[in-house]
Amino acid sequence: MTTDVPSRPVVPALPVVSALRRSPVATRKLLVFTCFLVTAATLTPIVMMVLVAFQSDSESMAAQPSFWPGTWHFDNISRAFELVPLGGYLVNTVIFAGGTTLLETVTAALAAYAFARLRFPGRGFLFGIYLATLMIPTQVTLIPQFILVAKAHGVDTWAGMILPHAFTALGVFLLRQFFLSIPRDYEEAARLDGANRWQAFTRVIIPLAVPAIATLAVFKFITQWNNLLWPLVISNSDSTRTASVGLQVFQSANGTQWNLLLMAATITTVPLIVIFFLTQRWFVRGITMSGLGGR
Amino acid sequence: MAVEVHTAAPGAPPRPRPPTSPGRWRGSETLAAWLFLLPSLVPFLIFTAGPVVAAGVISLLDWNLFSPPSFVGLHNFARLGPDPTFWSALVNTVYFTFVTVPLTLLVSLALALLLNQGLKRIAVFRSLLLLPYATISVAVAFVWIWLYIPHGGLINSLLGAFGIDGPAWLVSDTWAMPALVAMSVWKSFGFGMVIFLAGLQAIPQQLYEAARVDGASPWRSFRDVTLPLLSPAMFFVVVTSVISSFQVFDQALVMTNGGPGVHTTTLVMYIYQTGFLNYEQGYAAAQSIVLFAFIAVITGMQFLLQRRLVHYDN
Repeated sequence: MTTDVPSRPVVPALPVVSALRRSPVATRKLLVFTCFLVTAATLTPIVMMVLVAFQSDSESMAAQPSFWPGTWHFDNISRAFELVPLGGYLVNTVIFAGGTTLLETVTAALAAYAFARLRFPGRGFLFGIYLATLMIPTQVTLIPQFILVAKAHGVDTWAGMILPHAFTALGVFLLRQFFLSIPRDYEEAARLDGANRWQAFTRVIIPLAVPAIATLAVFKFITQWNNLLWPLVISNSDSTRTASVGLQVFQSANGTQWNLLLMAATITTVPLIVIFFLTQRWFVRGITMSGLGGR
Repeated sequence: MAVEVHTAAPGAPPRPRPPTSPGRWRGSETLAAWLFLLPSLVPFLIFTAGPVVAAGVISLLDWNLFSPPSFVGLHNFARLGPDPTFWSALVNTVYFTFVTVPLTLLVSLALALLLNQGLKRIAVFRSLLLLPYATISVAVAFVWIWLYIPHGGLINSLLGAFGIDGPAWLVSDTWAMPALVAMSVWKSFGFGMVIFLAGLQAIPQQLYEAARVDGASPWRSFRDVTLPLLSPAMFFVVVTSVISSFQVFDQALVMTNGGPGVHTTTLVMYIYQTGFLNYEQGYAAAQSIVLFAFIAVITGMQFLLQRRLVHYDN
């Protein structure tokens, strides 16, 4: 299997083709089989979540759990919505994740442009402050942010939820790195055509930076959709509860009603999975970009 | 500067400006910079940088939000020493981190190598394998509680098929933490896998060809080509995994609520309990600073080790 046939013609080296592309058919079949097996095992918990969600009450709460629903109880969907305001939670999650994402991307793009292109006194110092906070875990700011919001009567309001998590250093850092990689000649050409700074930013830099901005936005949106600790601390009514917090509250109230609990989990997860598949190109880039940024 | 040269030689004909000279934008650059910066800087200072400084101040206070704060110096830090829950939380968090990080690294690396074998439709497998990383942690934590049901749960049924009598995972002093570790590895391996996959695809194929010509076995070329060239990516994955493992919270809250007893209480959970269930904001702030100190020290140590273990191709 691993011995090489010396007489094999040398294939021109392509960057993504690896050694096993030229290996025997049996090996390739084994690899494909392993891929399927690993993927199936990985997806099992998510598939089980959906299957149990459609089981009957007696099935899902039996001492001996079953895996495949005997009959598919589609009414579990409406029952879950009646038991907890899942629709409201989903809307709240979109407002929270969308609000933080929108504020962060817009302001980070502006600030990143200043740091990447403009000279001004204190530039290094201010960028240093941004960088320093990048290393601080969010739990350190949790208590002061909570006190700040509480003192401003912002508990359980959208401003209180969104503002403390919309201005992190990550966006400024990532976009600055990207802007630095754009050749200055493009802006220079715009300037010679009579554009001012603002026009150069909106008509030259932003269009070129769409991939980087989309990457940041998708990454931020999915991360905030997942955020549990901050909404748990700051929202205490259904008017601002996000899906994560809502599910946690639901669990405390209906701990063993497995079919409805997992139906609620399914309902809040499916939109995120759809968003993930639609935007995964950017999401994957977000991960690799954070990897490059960390070097 | 160019203007001064002109005035120094008044008789000389005015030189045309060279076409490549860096031009000037209209208006003040400093003013423009501040206008671009302010929408981010002001809220950033209020909501992110300010709270970092405030955390240090609050850690020196006895404060429960309902009564006015009083200055207690380093008392909150001194309290940590004789606090058994804090030590349990620290030990649990270190245990969690030291098991989760190597396992996550191994699983991500193995899957990245598997996907990098020139198979078709890698992107499909990559997306599906990345799905756990992108799903809501609370929602999938529910399913894992269900998977861990002691009698007849999926995991114990599978173990039973091999004649193993599975434990009552989430209520067992011994097995609750490994159960959280398994769920966390499942949830987070996609991150490392994507980074490794990008790293593997950036390794020039000529190096493998050269190794083959030299008669290197697949294991040798993995050890001498893949591993060194992948080591910066591995370093990054280890550093970020350690940082995020030290902050584990969601799974522990939903799946065990820190129990049984305090066997799965993590540092972040203890900060949450202290600050928002016991309303001891000052003590919670002190704990968060200790958490940061641990993360900083461990990350610093990794950066020192990096010089010897990580290969940078310049």
